[in-house]
This record gives sequence, C-alpha cells and structure tokens, in this order.
Amino acid sequence: MKRRDFLRQTAIAVAGAAIPLSALEIIDPRELLAARPDLRWIFLVDTYKCVGCGMCVQACKKENEIPLEANVTRTWVERYVITSDGQVHADSPKGALNGFTTQKIDLNAAGERKIDEGQIEQGFFVPKLCNQCENPPCVQVCPVGATYKTPDGIVLVDRKWCIGCGYCIMGCPYGVRFFHPEYHVAEKCNFCYHRIHKGMQTACAFACPFGAREIGNLKDPNDPVTHTVMTQRVGVLKDEFGTKPQVFYIGLNKEVR
Amino acid sequence: MKNHIWRPLLVVIALVLAILIVRAIVVPDDFGVHEAGYMYGWYREGNIEEWKDFKVKYQGSAYCAGCHVDKVEDRERSRHGFIECENCHGPAIDHPEDPPALNIDTSRELCIRCHSWLPYPTSDRSSIPGIDPATHNPDMECVMCHDPHHPNLEDM
Repeated sequence: MKRRDFLRQTAIAVAGAAIPLSALEIIDPRELLAARPDLRWIFLVDTYKCVGCGMCVQACKKENEIPLEANVTRTWVERYVITSDGQVHADSPKGALNGFTTQKIDLNAAGERKIDEGQIEQGFFVPKLCNQCENPPCVQVCPVGATYKTPDGIVLVDRKWCIGCGYCIMGCPYGVRFFHPEYHVAEKCNFCYHRIHKGMQTACAFACPFGAREIGNLKDPNDPVTHTVMTQRVGVLKDEFGTKPQVFYIGLNKEVR
Repeated sequence: MKNHIWRPLLVVIALVLAILIVRAIVVPDDFGVHEAGYMYGWYREGNIEEWKDFKVKYQGSAYCAGCHVDKVEDRERSRHGFIECENCHGPAIDHPEDPPALNIDTSRELCIRCHSWLPYPTSDRSSIPGIDPATHNPDMECVMCHDPHHPNLEDM
C-alpha cells in the first residue's frame, strides 16, 4: 500500500466513524408532528391568590363524579404555616374539600396543633393537581397500555383497559393517582379534558373566584398563561425527578413538597 | 420427521394460532403505538373521544342568565360578583329539566370557607373580611343576617 492510499483510506474511515448512528435513523414525520402540535395544555397556580376555600376541590369532585365522602380527590389544597422557630406545619384535611376554617393544624390521628398567632412568619395555600408531565413516570410503568399521554399533553386513564394493578399509583412522584372507589380503576386529574375541549375552563379554575388557578396552551404565544410562564418567575414541583411537570406555580417555597 | 416431534409441534402451532385469533378479536383496531411512541403513546385511541364525551356539570353564570338574568346581574354588581352561581347553588347539569335537583348551600360551613379569618401574612386569605366562627353568632346561619347576593355590611 502506498502512503497516499493509506492516508486517504484512514481519512475516509475516520470521517465515517465520526457520523453518529442517529444521523442514519430515518425520521418518522409523525414523530416530528407529535413533538410540535399546536396544542399543549399547561396550568398556572398563583399561591398568593389562593385563600384555601376549597371550592376547587368540591367542584372537581362534583364535575368528575368522585364521591364527596370518599377520602380521595383529583385535586387538593395544602396549607403551609411556617413559624419563627423554623418549623413547617402542613396539612390538608380531606384534601381541603371543606376548605380551611380554623387556625389549628390537622394532624390526622394525632389530633390538632394550635399555632400561636404571633409566631407565624408565613402562611399560605398550595393547590395541587396532576402535573401532566412531559415524561410521565406513571405512563411508563403501565403494563397494559391503559394510561397514556395524548398528543396535546394530557395523561388519561382508559377505564375499560385498566386492570387495577396500581403500578401507576406507586409510580407518580406527586401522589396524584388513586383508585376510583366505584370503578376500581386508576383515577387521576385530566385537566377536565371534556371541558377544555369545549373551550371551557377546568372545573377547579371555573370554581376559583380568586383566579388562583388557570389553564393555558403552551403553543399559543398570545395565551396569557403562556405569557406568564415565559416571562415571570415560576416554579415547578420536584423538578429534580426529570418528569418535566407542566403545572407552574407562582410563589413556590422550598418548604412545598 | 418422527411422529413424536410432529405431534407436539402441531399442538404448539395450534396454540399460537388460537392466541393470535383471540388477540385479533379482543384487541380493538385502534389499540397500538401512536404518535408519542412506545413509552407514552401505547393506548386505545377511541378512549380520547370517550373522555371528551364525559358529561359537563358546571355550566357557568351565562347559562344561569338564560332565565335568571335579574339575579345574575344583581349578584354581579355586588362584592360577591366574582363568585360563580354554581359554587353555592350546585352544578346546573341539565338544570331546567329537573329543578328540584339543585340544592342551594346556605350553610355556615360554606361562608366560613373564606370568611373564617386566618392570620396568614403571605396569602390573600388574611385580606378577606373575616370572623372567628367560634365567637361570631355560632348557632346562627350567616344568611339569616347577611344577603349572599349583597354582602355589603351597609346594606344589612
């Protein structure tokens, strides 16, 4: 072999090896379309505006046929009271179905804790609901394809297909899933999919008189919710899990889990 | 080949065929991998439409104004104007078809959801006019004195 040939062939081999395997992959146009549909539902929660009345929880349960008396709910409101000694007191009696009407912190079986009014440094309410994650771990673990992400970003449960194994309930880092007490299948918040597709708000956003909850479309640059998410300081829950949650919070504290 | 190989082999082939036939009957055509791929998009497509067809219960104050326009406008002028009718009157669902189904919540528990005063400096809750439910006429319903459609204290 001549030196010239050797150099030429080496150069070709190196250039060929430098091409990543992904460049040779045939791109499915449907995948590209799924990555950029014109609709991606997101949610914005303003924790300053929330007053802990729990009307959202009541409306959610009635709209989505979750029995009021059952201690499960698609959305709930948590109360955080931080005292000057640095202690964090958090509760959510019945998911705040009946709101927060007393200063006492609910400790479930351990009773109630009275907080000295003068000691309160911060007190606020945090509504919680499904984050409709971009990478939903609950969907990954479903063995039968009963839960899935729609092209517009909502994670739904197929009640006919669910076998009730409970993997998704364990898989959700936010604890938003539960068993429906009547249907005995996995149940979760779906941003009131039946309402938002008719141009209505979610039941919780509808019932909130204070505008603490808002539904928006991330793909619409003129959407006021998208504008807030893009231009203001908003936080998400458990960012470190890599689930890419799509519920954004204004006024999120590090104490909120 | 010998019989003792053919016979179990046929049984296996028959089993596989039976499973495939049952699968073709049981699994609907729209079940499979969709746009989002195997990890997030493996589902029965018809279920999306099933969820879209779920019944709407809360209709909104514009729906109420279809008949009760005077009440709706009256309420909108008051300080409670930003509260939806159905928060207290219950979800309308198909209301005019079945009027007795609407249960108006006039309970004290409903009012104190907002008006039980809580001393929280980092929440709007503390800026809502509030009372201590334990000391403010504890045995009476709020609506006996206060008009929920006109909550102004001057109008009492």
